[in-house]
Amino acid sequence: MRCSERTRILVSKATGVVVLLAGFMLAARLCFGAAVDSSRSPNIFKPESTPADSIFNLSLFVLTITGLIFLVVFSLIVYSIVKYRGREDGDHSEPPQVYGSNQVELAWTVIPVLIVLILFLATARVIQSVQDAPEPSTAMRVTAVGHQFWWEFRYPKLGIVTANELHVPVSDPSHPTPTFLTLLSADTDHSFWVPRLAGKTDLIPNHPNKMWIDPRETGVYLGQCAQYCGVEHAKMLLRVYVDSQEEFDKWAKEQEAEASSDSSAEAGRRVFESTGCINCHAVRGTVADGRFGPDLTHLMSRDTIAAGIAPNTPESLRKWIEDPDSIKQGSLMPAMKLKDEDLDALIAYLGTLR
Amino acid sequence: MASDSIAIHPAGVATRSVSERLHDWVVTVDHKKLGIMYVVYALFFLVIGGIEAMVMRIQLMRPHNDFVSPQVFNRMFTMHGTTMIFFVVIPVMFGFANYLVPLMIGARDMAFPRLNAFSFWLTAFGGLLLYFSFVGGSGLYGAGNAPDMGWWAYAPLTARAFSPGHSADYWTLALLVSGFGSVGTAINIIATVICMRCPGMTLGRMPLFAWLNLVMAAMVILAICPLTAAQIMLCVDRYLGGHFFDTQAGGSAVLWMHFFWIFGHPEVYVLVIPAFAFLSEIVPVFSRKPIFGYPVMVAATVCIGFVSLSVWAHHMFTVGMNSYANSFFAITTFAVGVPTGIKIFNWVGTMWGGRIQFKVPMLFCIGFLFQFLIAGLTGIMLGTAPFNWQLSGSYFVVAHFHYVIVGGILFALFGAFYYWYPKITGRMFNETLGKLHFWLFVIGFHLTFDLMHIPGLLGMPRRIYTYEPGRGWDTLNFLVTIGAFVQAVAILIFVANLIISCFKGAKAGNDPWDAWTLEWSTSSPPPAYNFARIPVVESRRPLWDIKHPEDPDWKYE
Repeated sequence: MRCSERTRILVSKATGVVVLLAGFMLAARLCFGAAVDSSRSPNIFKPESTPADSIFNLSLFVLTITGLIFLVVFSLIVYSIVKYRGREDGDHSEPPQVYGSNQVELAWTVIPVLIVLILFLATARVIQSVQDAPEPSTAMRVTAVGHQFWWEFRYPKLGIVTANELHVPVSDPSHPTPTFLTLLSADTDHSFWVPRLAGKTDLIPNHPNKMWIDPRETGVYLGQCAQYCGVEHAKMLLRVYVDSQEEFDKWAKEQEAEASSDSSAEAGRRVFESTGCINCHAVRGTVADGRFGPDLTHLMSRDTIAAGIAPNTPESLRKWIEDPDSIKQGSLMPAMKLKDEDLDALIAYLGTLR
Repeated sequence: MASDSIAIHPAGVATRSVSERLHDWVVTVDHKKLGIMYVVYALFFLVIGGIEAMVMRIQLMRPHNDFVSPQVFNRMFTMHGTTMIFFVVIPVMFGFANYLVPLMIGARDMAFPRLNAFSFWLTAFGGLLLYFSFVGGSGLYGAGNAPDMGWWAYAPLTARAFSPGHSADYWTLALLVSGFGSVGTAINIIATVICMRCPGMTLGRMPLFAWLNLVMAAMVILAICPLTAAQIMLCVDRYLGGHFFDTQAGGSAVLWMHFFWIFGHPEVYVLVIPAFAFLSEIVPVFSRKPIFGYPVMVAATVCIGFVSLSVWAHHMFTVGMNSYANSFFAITTFAVGVPTGIKIFNWVGTMWGGRIQFKVPMLFCIGFLFQFLIAGLTGIMLGTAPFNWQLSGSYFVVAHFHYVIVGGILFALFGAFYYWYPKITGRMFNETLGKLHFWLFVIGFHLTFDLMHIPGLLGMPRRIYTYEPGRGWDTLNFLVTIGAFVQAVAILIFVANLIISCFKGAKAGNDPWDAWTLEWSTSSPPPAYNFARIPVVESRRPLWDIKHPEDPDWKYE
């Protein structure tokens, strides 16, 4: 009976170990699998900008140290469990009673203290290099303002105002053109997080913050709000477009212009200017100068609407204006309840805002 | 039996009506009954908080799921966090402290029995107040709802502009009221440990359980007071025109964060030190050796108590503190790992050279050792401020602190439940069901919380009710939810085991584990007066001395 019990315990232990190992392998596979087939994944281990790089390198260092500590302590625990397990040999005497050892205690106090010092030095260096980096004169400046539940981007030197899709020039390491962001909030706390470009920094009302990025590769980088900000925190997505210098200059030139005055959509323009739209939205060059919602002057230059949650197509615009809750429940945009022909005209007008 | 002749156990005890027995529980000032009430109350809220967690996991099972609305999801994570911290872990730890500290130090009750009852009922009332928000949260207009600003209640989400109605007020008052209860019990524990020890029990001979609960109680007082102050300031903001946290009028959102985390981080240690206390009792008994390095364990605990008061802003690395502040809070955070590591080493040192018995309580303690090790190491990663800029506010953090609270604290708690169950009920639990619970829970736990780290590394923020497909998060979230179901089944087995064994379990006897501390010298369950004669002790293991008169501990201490 004893023997069978022991076998059972051994079997259950072995099963546990196998399940654990399988779990770790599965986890590793999923991690790498996700990294391989999804270039859109905002993976913190695929940095494309100096702050994200510094963090990545530091994280490898920390992972190595913690990995070694794990191996040592894990083996110690496993060894003591296996070696000193109670054996079923009928010996029920108590083991030698040991109360402690000052030498051993000293050793496992001093070694961790040394590790702490090393970790601290490495950490402090990176904190300083990222946080206190000087701003070069070639830097682009952008003010990001967090709103419930979208992003406003203002380029003070260029006079551009846009929303949800941040355009920045690529930064060539030999002629760095980093982008320095001033982070503000119009209402609650938010956090600007584009994992492949930099760590996150919060946008806090009444508490301006700063961060910077210098992306090396062109492309679209995904992120989203990382500080709970209210009902639709989950749908406050963030896209950073890293353009080549020429593309960026072209984009900036288009954005600096006033809204096009295409007379083909006059009816829609009247709808826009005579309903509530202009209370919240601005279209430069017209009477619309609301600041509560995104600037729509060049709406058609954007790929998405509603903070990255829907593609910028006439169909989703229609759905959005008719009933914002159907796309983003709890968004602060009211349902406009327009007649069908007004809605068609309005969408035609928005389509001219290139 | 002998007890029949004792006046406080009248012969007619079995014939008393249900209402009379209920009345006994309501008016009791007995530390054991109050301890049991704390524990049962916490178990009730554990089930509720667990249901809230399941709602969230079902919602996050696949991208763009619409199991619940965003509003409901936000209430669920707010209530889950608040419930689990304030109405599950704190009460259950107070319950064990209440029940065990007087027994372990050879006392007949806590120092202030009436304060004890008062504190329990305050805490109980706090929990009811929080849950009343589901019906009364919006006041007279509209249906009620629970608070939805997250359990940190960051300003300015708590301002009236963003939290209209009364749900935030119920949250504030619930924490205020239960906070007074916590401070009451903490004072009581301190007074009991300092003043009520039996003859011969010097501080140096006190069981580590009592020592650790003493440190925990001191930290409760230090941590709860700033929270209480902040809650009052929040009430002033909401109703008396104050502007402490009102950013529109020049108030500071960051001030709230400091107040909250100067409570919130010591709070983590308030929860985990009692878990350390369980391990420090259970591991020696099932290794058949005294605790390794008793004085170092005490010193390490006191050290954790002090250092943990200076780490709070590591929750705030992303709010834009300057580089000096970030460096300071990084090194204090690393530093707190040193005494914590020492404790892990000492438990391993206790097992080293022992004769380890893999009974259910010990299995949970071994689970604790592995998982708390990993939780500590992910804590080091999070303490590395720049790494934290990536990890903070992501699912990595969620995985990390659930590793601490579930993998660490809850595992130790399960160990404690199984270890002291025979003492409290007088009956043994079912060992097979206990082992089934352990293995199922281990599998569910690792499936959920190991995998949960990865979406965080892939950029998934916490507190989102839905997410976009194609970012590498889908499969992981599905598996995490499966793991949550496995854990739920394991918890049901645990609760069933507790209830069934209470009626059908074999009689436990006074000392089923052949243990060494004073609670095992009295009957199971102990009589109202605990000890017929107040014990006199000469060492840290009084029962060892009695069992081994040829080789007593006091010769070596």
